[in-house]
Amino acid sequence: MIDIFMDKFLTIGLEHFLILSGTLFFIGLFAVLAKKNVIAVLMGIEIMFTSVNINLIAFNRYTAAEALLTGHVFAIFVIALAAAEVAVGLALIISIYRQRTSTDVQDFDWLKW
Amino acid sequence: MFDFALNNAWLIPLLPALAFGIITLFTKKMIKLSASISIGAILISFVLSVILGIELIGQGDTFLEHPYKAVVTWFSMPGLSIEVGTLIDNISVMMLLVVTFITSLVQIYSLGYMRGDPGLARFFAYVSLFAASMLGLVIAPNLLIMFVFWELVGLCSYLLIGFWYGKISASAAAKKAFITCRAGDFGLLLGIILLQINFGTLDLQQLSVMIPNFTQYTGLTAVGLTVIAIILFLGPMAKSGQFPFHVWLPDAMEGPTPVSALIHAATMVVAGVYLVGRILTLFITLPSALLFVAIIGAFTALFAATIAITQTEMKKILAYSTISQLGYMMLALGAASLTASMFHLMTHAFFKALLFLGAGCVLHAMHNEASIWKYGGLRKYMPVTYWTFLIGCLAIAGIFPFAGFFSKDLIMEVTFAASSLSGHAHGPFPVAYTVLFLMAALTAFLTAFYMFRMFFICFHGELRSKEVQPHEAPKVMTVPLIILGIFSIISGWVGWPGLGEGQAFGYFVRLGEFQVMEANWLLIILSTLLALFGIGLAALFYWKKSFSPQAVIERVPFLYKLSYNKYYIDEFYLWIIHNIIDKCGWLLWKFDIYVIDGIVNGFGKMAQWGGAVMRKVQTGQLQHYALIFFMGIVLMLLLLSFTGVHSPAIGLMGGAK
Amino acid sequence: MTMAVMFYIIAFVTLGSALMMVISKNIFHSALLMLISFIGVAAVYILLHADFLAAVQVLVYAGAITVFIVFGIMFTMKGEPRKTNPFSQNAIPAAVLILLFIVINAVTVIKTVWPFSNIAPPETTAKAIGDLMLTKYVVGFEVTAVLLLTAMVGAIVIVKGVKKSS
Repeated sequence: MIDIFMDKFLTIGLEHFLILSGTLFFIGLFAVLAKKNVIAVLMGIEIMFTSVNINLIAFNRYTAAEALLTGHVFAIFVIALAAAEVAVGLALIISIYRQRTSTDVQDFDWLKW
Repeated sequence: MFDFALNNAWLIPLLPALAFGIITLFTKKMIKLSASISIGAILISFVLSVILGIELIGQGDTFLEHPYKAVVTWFSMPGLSIEVGTLIDNISVMMLLVVTFITSLVQIYSLGYMRGDPGLARFFAYVSLFAASMLGLVIAPNLLIMFVFWELVGLCSYLLIGFWYGKISASAAAKKAFITCRAGDFGLLLGIILLQINFGTLDLQQLSVMIPNFTQYTGLTAVGLTVIAIILFLGPMAKSGQFPFHVWLPDAMEGPTPVSALIHAATMVVAGVYLVGRILTLFITLPSALLFVAIIGAFTALFAATIAITQTEMKKILAYSTISQLGYMMLALGAASLTASMFHLMTHAFFKALLFLGAGCVLHAMHNEASIWKYGGLRKYMPVTYWTFLIGCLAIAGIFPFAGFFSKDLIMEVTFAASSLSGHAHGPFPVAYTVLFLMAALTAFLTAFYMFRMFFICFHGELRSKEVQPHEAPKVMTVPLIILGIFSIISGWVGWPGLGEGQAFGYFVRLGEFQVMEANWLLIILSTLLALFGIGLAALFYWKKSFSPQAVIERVPFLYKLSYNKYYIDEFYLWIIHNIIDKCGWLLWKFDIYVIDGIVNGFGKMAQWGGAVMRKVQTGQLQHYALIFFMGIVLMLLLLSFTGVHSPAIGLMGGAK
Repeated sequence: MTMAVMFYIIAFVTLGSALMMVISKNIFHSALLMLISFIGVAAVYILLHADFLAAVQVLVYAGAITVFIVFGIMFTMKGEPRKTNPFSQNAIPAAVLILLFIVINAVTVIKTVWPFSNIAPPETTAKAIGDLMLTKYVVGFEVTAVLLLTAMVGAIVIVKGVKKSS
C-alpha cells in the first residue's frame, strides 16, 4: 500500500502537473476573491492564466494521440491574450484610479444602484 | 295572413324590442316620434296577436293538442341542447293578446299621463323593452329562454320603477324590487339547472311528457322532485309577489302609474303565474308541491287583503289587491286548474289595468296627492273615471256580471272541488284544501270591502283637500279607461258556466281533458253574498257613515296597527338585514380582511421580506458576486460527485471522458 | 528520482511564492513574488519538455507582464507601502472555498483514469510550433495579432480618454 503510494508519489506523471496547475489556479482565484487592491486582483488573474497553460502543456505531453504541439500553440495564444488582458486591465485600473483615486475593489460598487 | 302571423310570431316580441333600440339609439331627442314608434310597434304586435287569436279560436283545441313550434338551435352539446324560437299554443296566444292589448292601452294612456315629462322618450323605450321581454317570455319554447326573458322583465321593472331616479324612494324601490326578485330567481335558476341535470332537456313540451313518468327517465324520488319543484317555485313566488317576497310590490308604486298598471296587469307579476302554468305538469305530478303552491297562494291572498283594508294610499291598496289576486291565481294553480288561473289572470289584467289607470287619472287630477283621506266627492268632478272605476271595483269584488265574478267563482269552484266539502275530492289533502277554500272565501269578502272602502272615500262625500281643483282627465286617458271598462265587463262571459266545446274559455285554455263547468249555485250565491256583504259594510262605514271606523279601530287597536304596518314584514326584514345579514357580512368582512387578505398580504410580505434579505446579497461588489458564483460551482461539483456515477465532476470541469 | 526531486522543488517554489504573493501585505512584494512564481512555472514547462514555451513564459510573464504590473503599482500606490495590499472581508469564506476546490480538484484528478499516449517528448519545440502556427493555426495567429493591436489601442484610449472637443 505504502509502496504503491510512494511509487505514485515519486513517478512524476500527468496527475502531478494537473494537481500543481489546479492548486496554482485556485491560489490565483484566492487572490481574486480575497484581496482588496485591484492590482493584486489582476495579479491573481495572471496566475490563473499561467496555471491554465501548465494544464495545456501537460495534456499535450502525456495524452496527445499524435506528435503535434497543438497544446503549445494554444498556450502561446493564451499568453498573448494574457498580455493583452493585462494591458487593458491596467489601463482600466488607472482610468478608474484617476476618477476615484482608489484602487480598493470594494469602492468599485457601481454595479449596485 | 294567419300563416304569416304564425310563422313570424317572433316578430311579436321583436317589434317592441326594435322600438326600444331605435328610440334609445336614434330618436331619443324627438319625444313625439319616439312615442309613435313605440305605440306603432306594440300595435302591430297586437294586430299579429289578434290574427293568431282569431285563427286559434276557429281551430278549437288543435293548437292545444299540437302546439306550433318554430325553433332554431342556439347551441348544443351532448346532454344539453338549447333552442330559440316560438312555441305557439292557446295559452301563449291568450297571453300575447292580453299583454299586447294592455300594453297598447297603457302606452296610449301614458301619452296623456306623462305629458311634459322630460324623460318621455326613455319611458317609451323602457315600456317597449318591458313588453318585448314579456312577449318573449310568453312564447319561449324552453325554460332557459324563458329565464332569459324573465330576467329581462326584472331588469325592465327595475328601470321603470326607478324611472324617476332623482327620487330617492323611487331608486330604493327599484333596487328593492330587483333584489327581491333576484333572490327568488336564484331558486328558479337552481330549479332549472336541476331539471336539466335530471331530465336532460328544458323543452317545455318534452318536459310535460317526461315529468308525469319521471321515474322512468330519472333516478329521482317523488320527494326529490318535490324539492326541485319547490325550489323552482321560489322564482315565481318572488316575481308574482307571493308571501315572503311580496314586499317589493307595494314599493314598486314609486314608478309612474302607467308602469304600475303594466307591472300589475300585463307584465312582470303575471310572469310568475304564467311560468307555473307552463310547467304545471310538474306540480300536478307532485301533490305536495301542488299543495305548497296552493297554500302560498291562499295565504298570500288573505294576508295581502288584510293589509289592504287599512292602507291610505290608492296605489298601495291596489298593490295589495294585486298581491291578493295573484294569490288567487296561485291558489287556482295549486288546485291543479290551469283554466281558472289563466282565466283570472286575463280578467284581472283588464280590471286591474283599469283600476290603476283610473287611479292614475285621480292622481293626475289631485296633483299627485297620495292619501285617500284628502280625496272625496270626486264623482262630480270626473264622471268618466268614476264610472269606469266603479266597473273595476265591481269586477274585482266579483259581482255578477262583471269579469271578476266568473274568474273568481271558477277559482272558488276548483278549490271547492279539491276540498273535502265537495265530497268527491281526488287529491291526498282534501282537508287542507277545505281550509284554503275558506281562506279564499274570506278573502273575497275582504276584497269587496277594501275596494269599496277606497271607492267610497275617494269618489263620494265631499272633497277634503282644499288646495286642488280636480278635473276630468283628457280623452287620451279616458278612452283607454272606457275600453278597459268594457273588457272588464265582457271578458268574463267566456267563462259562463255551461258553455261547451268551442265556446268556453276552459275549452281553449286547459290542461288535460275538457269538462263543461256546471254552475255550482251554492258557491255562486255564497261568493256573491260575501262580496255584497263586503260592499255593504264598506258603504255603511264610509258612505252612509252609519258606523265610525274609528270605533272599530279602538276596539282592536292591535290588529289595526298590525295591518296598517303590513304585519311589520318590512321591519322584520330590515331587522334581519341589520342584525343577521350585516353581522354575517361583518364577520365575512373580517374574515376577508384578516384571513384572506392576510394570506394575500402575507405573500406580499414574504416577497418584501425576501427582497429585504436578498437585497443584502446584491452588494455591487464584484468579489462578492465571484465568491457566490464559485460557491455555486463547488456545490454543483459536490452534488455531482456524490450523486453521479461516471465522475460527472470531470464532465463539468472540462468534458473529458 | 531526479525528476521527482526537481518537480517537488519547483512545485514548492511556484506554489509557495504564489501563496506568499496572496498573503503579502506589501503590494510591491506581491509583485516580486509573482515574478518568482512565473519563473517557477517556466521551470515546470522545462520539466514538460516545452523549452520554447519556457522562454516565452520568462519573456512575456516574467518580463512584460510583471513590468506592466509594477508600473501599475507605481501609478496607483500611495501611503505606507506595508499596508498597500490588505485582505478584504471575504478572506475567510474565500479561503474555505479555495481549500474545498483544491481538495475536489486533487481527488478528481487522482480518481480519474487518464488515457496516456506513449509518444516520446520532442527534442526541440520551437520549429514545430512555428510550423503549426504559420500553417494550421495561421488564422488564429493573425487574429491574435489584431487582438494585441486592438488591446494596445484600447488601453491607450482608456487611459488617455477621448477629448470632448475634437
